[in-house]
Amino acid sequence: MQLKFCLDFEKPIAELEAQLASLRSQAGASDPDGQLGMEDEIRRLEAKVHKFLDTTYASLSPWQKCQVARHPDRPHARRYVDSLLTDIVPLSGDRLFSEDTALIAGLGRFDGTAVAFLGQEKGEGMEGRIRHNFGMLRPEGYRKAQRIMDLAERFRLPVLAFVDTPGAYPGVGAEERGQAEAIARTIEKSLRLKVPMISVVIGEGGSGGAIALATANRVNMLEHAIYSVISPEGCASILWRSAEKIRDAADALGLTAKVLLDLRVVDRVITEPIGGAHRNPEAVLRTTHEAIASDLRDLSSLSSEQVVSGRRARFLQFGDGIA
Amino acid sequence: MNWISKVFRPKIRALVSRKSKDVPENMWEKCPSCGQMSFQKELAENLRTCPHCGHHLRMTAEARLASLFDDQRYDRVPLASVKRDDPLHFKDREKYTERLKRSRANTGLQDAALVGDGRIGGVPAVVFALDFRFLGGSMGMAVGEALLTAGKRAVERRAALVLVTASGGARMQEGILSLMQMPRSILALEQVKEADLPVINILADPTTGGVTASFGMLADIHISEPGAMIGFAGQRVIEETIRESLPDNFQRAEYLLDHGMIDLVVPRRELAETLAKVLRLLRSG
Ligand SMILES: [Zn+2]
Repeated sequence: MQLKFCLDFEKPIAELEAQLASLRSQAGASDPDGQLGMEDEIRRLEAKVHKFLDTTYASLSPWQKCQVARHPDRPHARRYVDSLLTDIVPLSGDRLFSEDTALIAGLGRFDGTAVAFLGQEKGEGMEGRIRHNFGMLRPEGYRKAQRIMDLAERFRLPVLAFVDTPGAYPGVGAEERGQAEAIARTIEKSLRLKVPMISVVIGEGGSGGAIALATANRVNMLEHAIYSVISPEGCASILWRSAEKIRDAADALGLTAKVLLDLRVVDRVITEPIGGAHRNPEAVLRTTHEAIASDLRDLSSLSSEQVVSGRRARFLQFGDGIA
Repeated sequence: MNWISKVFRPKIRALVSRKSKDVPENMWEKCPSCGQMSFQKELAENLRTCPHCGHHLRMTAEARLASLFDDQRYDRVPLASVKRDDPLHFKDREKYTERLKRSRANTGLQDAALVGDGRIGGVPAVVFALDFRFLGGSMGMAVGEALLTAGKRAVERRAALVLVTASGGARMQEGILSLMQMPRSILALEQVKEADLPVINILADPTTGGVTASFGMLADIHISEPGAMIGFAGQRVIEETIRESLPDNFQRAEYLLDHGMIDLVVPRRELAETLAKVLRLLRSG
């Protein structure tokens, strides 16, 4: 598959893939019957690409994971919602100030069960990214999330949340309208929610802007997603006082799925296809579907008291530093 | 004698000056606002407000507790220490364990929070105060634990919970576990709210990041001090994002008051009295 965007460490793979593509088109034109042995050469190259991807992605460094998690071709929230849900009804607005397109929200059915959904949407292409503000919510986005949670609670619908944000939007208007209060209140609302909430960190789980949608009964995380208290860039500039130290910061922060699973911050790591979610979105949508289905089964038998107390216990536990 | 000590109630002045005996007689401190020098002893007597310009300087958690409780009397609530306080073995230019050791030595505190139990205006109150000297008052597991302890104590004693926040936000060196203190700290307030006891936050300079975006903005009543910086995002980050200069007074207490985020801006010398009045009203229903 040809990607529009190529990460530095994927360059050798991209070169092989380009060779493969030209070989394929040659074979189509000059060797339609496979007489010249080009089919063998194609299969040999395909195996090489596969092996290269496999070994590269099996040992990504934390900083490389950051790059994969932010890959523009990686499936975004909209893709998950459209593929995992049917009967989708998008809902808009916080009823207080405005609509925030960085958060997609609404109702739908997951395997037939009615649910409410929330998704931090980064947008596709430059225009799309600008329209969705790069997935950075303003206070209105968080207040819309609270509104949807209220609705879900009244009608006993589980809430599915797809987390993918560099962080809450840092702007003058956002501060004036209470970005901090909006995030705090969303977490408070999540902790009180009487219906099950399931979160999936699909790309970038950026700080307070992310946990506002991840104070859930179950938190899933994609294999190459990241989830962190601060971006490696921010951490490097504050603690190392050097923008150069992003790799060290990424290493130190422990922002990968494996570390977070060990710390019990994440309940399940969703395996990504070889070469990452962006190379095979269908595969990652399938595994995400299985994960949510399994969580919904587990949580559906709980009473609303158990749903609340279980979620509380989940977040009270982070006090002893024992991994 | 200066204009602030003149308006002090005599009782308070007597108590403050008794307390300030530990402060060296001849140490000077420069006011970060007007640049004038004052004796530290004089500043302490003035609850660390500048005698020249009225600027509110930062206070230690210990001085905070003393300044709020009746007769400066309170019981210090014991705080459990975190079993593994450096779970990520974090090291930037310096090891986190070294930073902790130095902050502990410099402040005499185990971590950035201090909790006291006593009375304010005769009303039982538990005060949780953050100390900015301790790694910028940042919130890690120990701070979350201290807040849970404070909340629990307030419920047990049927006391109000008073918070004094002064924090740069989450403790980066504890990685994601510091982020997890956001919901955890909100749960600490939840137990007090469920018991129908008041939660009052005094947002002191500075209150930013993950502390503002969690328990800092969820009290029943928000009070701040003149000129205190309160916000979510850092000003440099905002300037880089929007590429324009920030409005005057941006993220100051007065600005938040104008935008509906806090209830009152109260000069420090009136803070204990204001708190007492609020608590008596809330507890007389
Ligand atoms: Zn001054």
